[in-house]
Amino acid sequence: MDNRNAILKPTFFIYLACFILMLFLPKILPTYHLILFESGITFAIMALGFNLLLRYTGLLSFGHGALFAVGAYAVGMTGEYYPDLYRIEILLPIALLASFVVSFIFGFICVRHTRVFFSILALALSMVLYALLVKLYSITGGSDGIRIELPMMFGKSFDGVKRFEFLSGAYYYLLICVFAAATVIMSAIVNSPFGKALQCIRDNEVRAEMIGIRVRRYRLYSFILSGLFTGLGGAMWSFVNGHVTPEIAEWVFSGEIVYMTLLGGFMVFEGPIVGAILFTYLRLYAVSITQYWMFLIGATLIILVLLLPEGITGGFVKLFSKMRRRPSPGAVSC
Amino acid sequence: MEHWVIYLLNGLYFASFLFLTSLGLSIILGVMGILNLAHGSLFAIGAFVAAWIVGSFGSNSPVALFFVGLLAALGVAGVVGLALEMSLIRPMYKRALEYQLLITFGALLLIEDLIKMIWGGTAYYASGPFTAMGSLAIGRNQYPYYFLFAMLISVAAGLGLWMIMSRTRVGIMLRAISMDREMAQAMGIQIGKLNTLAFGMGAALAGLAGALIVPTTPALLGIGMDPLILAFIVVVLGGLGSLKGALIGSLIVGETRSMGIVFFPEIELPLLFFIAVIILVFKPEGLFGR
Repeated sequence: MDNRNAILKPTFFIYLACFILMLFLPKILPTYHLILFESGITFAIMALGFNLLLRYTGLLSFGHGALFAVGAYAVGMTGEYYPDLYRIEILLPIALLASFVVSFIFGFICVRHTRVFFSILALALSMVLYALLVKLYSITGGSDGIRIELPMMFGKSFDGVKRFEFLSGAYYYLLICVFAAATVIMSAIVNSPFGKALQCIRDNEVRAEMIGIRVRRYRLYSFILSGLFTGLGGAMWSFVNGHVTPEIAEWVFSGEIVYMTLLGGFMVFEGPIVGAILFTYLRLYAVSITQYWMFLIGATLIILVLLLPEGITGGFVKLFSKMRRRPSPGAVSC
Repeated sequence: MEHWVIYLLNGLYFASFLFLTSLGLSIILGVMGILNLAHGSLFAIGAFVAAWIVGSFGSNSPVALFFVGLLAALGVAGVVGLALEMSLIRPMYKRALEYQLLITFGALLLIEDLIKMIWGGTAYYASGPFTAMGSLAIGRNQYPYYFLFAMLISVAAGLGLWMIMSRTRVGIMLRAISMDREMAQAMGIQIGKLNTLAFGMGAALAGLAGALIVPTTPALLGIGMDPLILAFIVVVLGGLGSLKGALIGSLIVGETRSMGIVFFPEIELPLLFFIAVIILVFKPEGLFGR
């Protein structure tokens, strides 16, 4: 495909339309739904990062909750110990740096393994972080977590502003800009030579090594990039939620990350975004109608895996290509 | 000096039920190639069944009743395991890893809430056997006989499993499957039934482990999460599908935990990982892995 024509492709216009629509959402949606949508968007940033690992590198991490928590806690702890730095333009780089360090350590250990063992190791490492967050309560606030105050934004203070006003105002626009940037960067990454090399490793590790790709190192790069997106998602989420607790580092949340990615369909680039937003609503709905919401989530998960393994976007793509192929009677199927 | 004996024994006690849990996990992973995330929930089922049976007779229930509890836990967890395999896991063998993991994750969510539906959110206490068995004097300290009893059960189960795996026809077939699935199939081994059996066996072991823990810890919701994570470490440490690996791995984890809780309680789990990481850097397939 010719990159110069990328701007003329229909997907570009769909992206643009979505972005413009999102700019006007605060006028359309009631505040409650807007905040829910924002929390879905932060999950989407994370799911994009998660999918770089799953779809494009072929590694299923069951410990991404920990990396999400790193971003969120980086914000919380900066606010706790260095209130001077509590400005969003400084907080986001700090969160990125923290998730870089942690994902480097995690990745260094995990990429020695593939398949199930990779998943187990990622899961186990995330539980270490969880245990640290709970047990070092004098530093991290233990299971009570840390309250997230409203940050300064580009020199503007939000003292006395209600959280929902902050969230439906300036912060919303920042969030969708970050989200749009994350989507564009991720799509550039997966279409770059680096992204192609990752997919090559996924498809055939031995062959990739033979043509001179340093398999383990590329996997590490992929893990770190994925961790950066996840940490960014966590940092953005912390403001929306207003409170961070160790539960986001627990592996059940990591499982939910896998779930939302597969719900949207991990074989399509945009799938995780759809899945993350949908999952936010699904989960809230389940929690509001029954105390046995885990049962409901588990049941839908099982149905999804059994009946719609390509996820929602994958299902659409399949339907679409089927409809296209139909009007050619007598064509030889191959 | 005596303290050290007690710390060591405590480590052995940790190791004993960890051994049972990770053995089940390891069998399932080795034979079927599926990482069972719902293993902790099977552990929890065992714990609740045993605590429910023992606890229903009050605090001074006869010790014999605990044996009933153990067997019931073993049986119920085994049956749940069989049902799980037949309904959910069976369509998953040919599917990608993501789906296999997700379906067991779904099963975990289901079972956790089923436990909540059946037994409610309250804790079940079954400390009867613990107090009834009394304690052994080690120097000036008392060491409960129950801990020794738990080790005994665990050793017996391990030996029994070892006999099955090395001596019986079924065991040999199971080992053949875990070594080379396609070759075993080509030799005419009925993989389907043996998969079900292996899953049931693994689940029963988890249930037994869960039942063994309730005299010292009340059965609570989410009781299976910690053992599950520790069992993962054991399996990664010891190497896949080997009984020896599960044994040595759980001894390492058990002793580290016991010492860690005494000397540096805050970083006991990270320390465990530090050891695991060092071993994995030098021996990525685990201590006894193939």
